[in-house]
Amino acid sequence: MTATLQNIPAKGETVLRLSGISKNFGAVSALTDIDLDVKAGEVVALVGDNGAGKSTLVKVLAGVHQASSGTIEFCGQQVTLDSPAKALDLGIATVFQDLALCENLDVVANLFLGHEMSPWALDEVAMEVRAWTLLRELAARIPSVREPIASLSGGQRQTVAIARSLLLNPRLIMLDEPTAALGVAQTAEVLNLIERVRDRGLGVIIISHNMEDVRAVADRVVVLRLGRNNGIFTPDASSQELVSAITGATDNSVSRRLDRKAGHVQESTGGAA
Amino acid sequence: MSQNPSNNAQPTLDRSDERVRHDDSLAAMAKGFVDRVRSGDLGMLPVAVGLVVISIVFSALNPIFLAPNNLVNLLFDCATVGVISLGIVCVLVLGEIDLSVGSMSGLASAMVGVIWVNMGWPVAGAIIAALVVGAGVGLLYATLYNRLGMPSFVATLAGLLALLGLQLYILGPTGSINLPYASPLVRFGQILIMPDWLSYALALVPGLVMIGRGLRTRSQRLSANLSAQPMRALILKAVVLTVALEAAVFYLNLGRGIPWMFALFVALAVILNYALTRTKWGRSMFAVGGNKEAARRSGINVRRIYMSAFMLCSTLAALGGILSASRLASSSQQAGTGDVNLNAIAAAVIGGTSLFGGRGSAYSALLGIIVIQAISNGLTLLNLSSSLRYMITGGVLAIAVIVDSLARRSRVSHGRA
Repeated sequence: MTATLQNIPAKGETVLRLSGISKNFGAVSALTDIDLDVKAGEVVALVGDNGAGKSTLVKVLAGVHQASSGTIEFCGQQVTLDSPAKALDLGIATVFQDLALCENLDVVANLFLGHEMSPWALDEVAMEVRAWTLLRELAARIPSVREPIASLSGGQRQTVAIARSLLLNPRLIMLDEPTAALGVAQTAEVLNLIERVRDRGLGVIIISHNMEDVRAVADRVVVLRLGRNNGIFTPDASSQELVSAITGATDNSVSRRLDRKAGHVQESTGGAA
Repeated sequence: MSQNPSNNAQPTLDRSDERVRHDDSLAAMAKGFVDRVRSGDLGMLPVAVGLVVISIVFSALNPIFLAPNNLVNLLFDCATVGVISLGIVCVLVLGEIDLSVGSMSGLASAMVGVIWVNMGWPVAGAIIAALVVGAGVGLLYATLYNRLGMPSFVATLAGLLALLGLQLYILGPTGSINLPYASPLVRFGQILIMPDWLSYALALVPGLVMIGRGLRTRSQRLSANLSAQPMRALILKAVVLTVALEAAVFYLNLGRGIPWMFALFVALAVILNYALTRTKWGRSMFAVGGNKEAARRSGINVRRIYMSAFMLCSTLAALGGILSASRLASSSQQAGTGDVNLNAIAAAVIGGTSLFGGRGSAYSALLGIIVIQAISNGLTLLNLSSSLRYMITGGVLAIAVIVDSLARRSRVSHGRA
């Protein structure tokens, strides 16, 4: 419980500052010299192709992996995140891509896992009420909070994972592909939720492959490529700029595909004339 | 009085989704039970079926089987291996195993004989020493698992041999130590019986606790705008439970009565059940058994959970060994060998604790050991040789594991994990 931070950052101040973060898995360097700032009340989108190191970065911040080098400053203090418990105590909540839920436990147990109310005589009623309130806020369609997670659909599980991250009133929340398994309404709810969380003054990091979602909520878009920083954009940057930063070339498979389509359309219209 | 006051008003928090069926009436509850069994959530069903079959078969072969005094003996025997089985439940919930509980119990029984009788320590000192060694062995397994990544299967298999060797070593060439018959420890294991009035009174307790806690939870839930269990179901359950317990106590009191040693076993089972279901530790146990990595990411200290489970298992195994020494009034080279290991594991599995982790209950040890000991007792009454007894017990264990695997497969396909 070393997690007593005196200075709670006001809106606009830096919650998280990473400098020179590297992470090696044996001979493979998954992250090289990553710098990243997240301010309170700001949504930072982390984008990049598969294998760009987005999930690895999130896991480093969640305390799941330890950085090989570099410094992490959280709320103005330099911290070492050597275990998930430490990160949670500091106020860094994470929704993992694989959700990290226990399928044999029910929704309430999963929401409160590791942070149960009254540890010596679990207060099931209070936990269930809190669970319902939280799920209501997320407009979640969970039929029963007393069913094991195994009986829920992918989207419902994702909602549970998101609800869990909000339970501990974190300062920074990281969402790894939060909308990947969600329906139309739930996606909108999650995007609303991200905005609400931001307005409450939390820092938000969101990973997504969905450029529409990214543009909708992000204040800044940070591009990673092959484990390195590859530019910071505002959400009004053109799609072409983003794609070329992500793939690392102006001439890439996306642009070629677009060109080909455009060319194809011209040809076919030309032939008809 | 069973009218739910919020039925007509807006639905309660947990009943607002129209897709969920709510089993309120008795018929609906019966249907819910059948559904659960079909989906592989067998609960106590295998135990009930097993006990009925066993009673019919053995009492047909030898009417003494169901005589009150034989059942009292059965309860004495249940307590020794049952306590070991409680520890097995703890490691099985984590999806791990301890194969050395038999040797551990044998070592503890030998320690009591050597330290108490041969070295002349007070009996309490010998018991505490045996329990401490048990805890130490569990700590060793946990360290091997946590720090060196040694599978518990292998670590405890090595422990099985090593502890057996230690047992033989400290017993020395004589190989067997008789415990004094008049001592409280031996009287506890052989003679001490609860007074009738106390056993009747204690048999009322579970029903009363059930109603008391049920009413409290009910009022809490209703005031929090949650649905509550219907009143009549609660009362029906409590009445059935109380009648069954009082009938059992009455029948056993026709013989010698309820052994104090069995009462100790039941008390331990109740405590473990509370710890597993109502504390943060218990929740963490099931979480680690279900998904270790998810539990770690939720901030649970996974290593400490493994350590607590292995230590609890070995300590309870040592306690079981002490009880069996008091039951047999001797510490011998045979203590803890043979089928003790497998009986303890089989009891937990038959009672409904899964070998695959994440599912189980302390009561599975309590009910499972009654099944196992009933079989072993019945076979002894038939004067079958131990060769046949081993084969039959082996077959029963195989059936229990098959039922567990099939139920698990069915649960997976019904989305109940």
